[in-house]
Amino acid sequence: MYSEKVMDHFQNPRNVGEIENASGVGTVGNAKCGDIMRIYLDIDETGVIRDVKFKTFGCGAAVATSSMATELVKGKTVQEAMEVTNKAVMEALDGLPPVKVHCSLLAEEAIHAALWDYAQKNGIQIEGLSKPKSDIHEGEEDEEEEY
Amino acid sequence: MDRQIYLDNAATTKVSETVLEAMLPYFSEYYGNPSSIYRLGAKSKEAVTKSREILAETLGAKENEIYFTGGGSEADNWAIKAAAEAYASKGKHIITSKIEHHAVLHTCQYLEKKGYEVTYLDVDERGIVKLEELKKAIRPDTILISIMFANNEIGTIQPIPQIGRIAREHGILFHTDAVQAYGQIPIQVDDCCIDMLSASGHKLYGPKGVGFLYIRKGVKIRSFVHGGAQERKRRAGTENVPGIVGLGAAAQEAAATMEERAKRETALRDYLIERMQKEIPYTRLNGDASLRLPNNANFSFQFIEGESLLIMLDMEGICGSSGSACTSGSLDPSHVLLAIGLPHEIAHGSLRLTLGKDTTREELDYTVEKTKQIVERLRSMSPLYEDFVKKSGQNRE
Repeated sequence: MYSEKVMDHFQNPRNVGEIENASGVGTVGNAKCGDIMRIYLDIDETGVIRDVKFKTFGCGAAVATSSMATELVKGKTVQEAMEVTNKAVMEALDGLPPVKVHCSLLAEEAIHAALWDYAQKNGIQIEGLSKPKSDIHEGEEDEEEEY
Repeated sequence: MDRQIYLDNAATTKVSETVLEAMLPYFSEYYGNPSSIYRLGAKSKEAVTKSREILAETLGAKENEIYFTGGGSEADNWAIKAAAEAYASKGKHIITSKIEHHAVLHTCQYLEKKGYEVTYLDVDERGIVKLEELKKAIRPDTILISIMFANNEIGTIQPIPQIGRIAREHGILFHTDAVQAYGQIPIQVDDCCIDMLSASGHKLYGPKGVGFLYIRKGVKIRSFVHGGAQERKRRAGTENVPGIVGLGAAAQEAAATMEERAKRETALRDYLIERMQKEIPYTRLNGDASLRLPNNANFSFQFIEGESLLIMLDMEGICGSSGSACTSGSLDPSHVLLAIGLPHEIAHGSLRLTLGKDTTREELDYTVEKTKQIVERLRSMSPLYEDFVKKSGQNRE
């Protein structure tokens, strides 16, 4: 059911892990649907993504799209990373079964969520980027956000 | 392919050699139509009759109470739709459970659209129907109770004799989907007050595409397929003779070996469950520890997702399933695991392993080792596990 590329990225995922003191972290999806993706970005002062890592709870397609998305944004500028769409991720993986297309959307959202976090931390605006809609902690207590 | 360990016998089984041998002559040697008058046809008819007798005997039923079908799902559809239609003048209320196979659940949902009312009984955390709730759900217009004999995902065996008695006392028809139980554990229709029972050939080392519906004599069930005199005019169509022969041979073999198989598989199953629970942290067994089919083990591994686990197990040559095979094409977690109260994320991380007559302890050892490695690997990639580890770290500080 999966392409060879999907299987390759699922079995040998690139950039799995965490980045300590990351420039931006984004987590999207929810356990109810069975997919959670978290992306860590290390962005230098010139706005280039030096390193990227991910962790994913999900099906084979979710892992593969996370892996491919990290490959596609690594070494890119923030603006270039914005152009990594779910379509681009899917094409790079030689397609996904129809029921798994949402996984590639999740990968795009995870990148955007991490970029949003980076922009918030640095008080900058990224063209075309708005607040991510999926937040797995929605409705949960967030100890860090005390106003 | 290198090594293959087949632990999905609840999905389907390998046709046994005895069964295959019994079937083969009926493809190109004795190929006559059982309805034909000449001897070649009579030979086929004889074989069909013999199978019917075998099946009847295994259930303590009469031969004219066995109706061949194209499998378990058809038998479920037939029993429920036909009973609903035949008893509509008495009422339009049906009682079933939340953990039935989709062949029952979707049929009930179809009937709801046709103006019937259906009560879907809750189950307890082990997956067992609560008898008190069943009694409370009964109404004057209840015409059918349909509760599965044993669950296909978590293997839980239902209190069928008690349910049958409750149905009988209230004069309500009782159907049981015994697709997983038939051939695995003893079933006597009279002891359990069963009026209708569905079973399938390919779960007991028989062929796919053939099953049967037991209908107690006197139950007013109409024809399901019109167009011929086969199956006492209730299910027309030239009989699947090789399939029926195979089903009969499989049932005979299953009955003869049941005790010994159940003993062996139960021991292996308990060994598997014990090792998995002991050696893999944050693992739970779904279903009841002892009121379960001899060959069924169903686990939830916290923080990981089932499909990833299945693909990685497949890479190691291990065939398992997550929920039922029919569910794995969809994105929703198993309705059975949700019904026993598992949260979504834990239901997503389930693994069903169902043993067979050829399963060895060595195969299970290999499976435990591989599962251990894969679960560890998937957890190392899981943001849920990361959060959990950080949280428990904080709690310790």
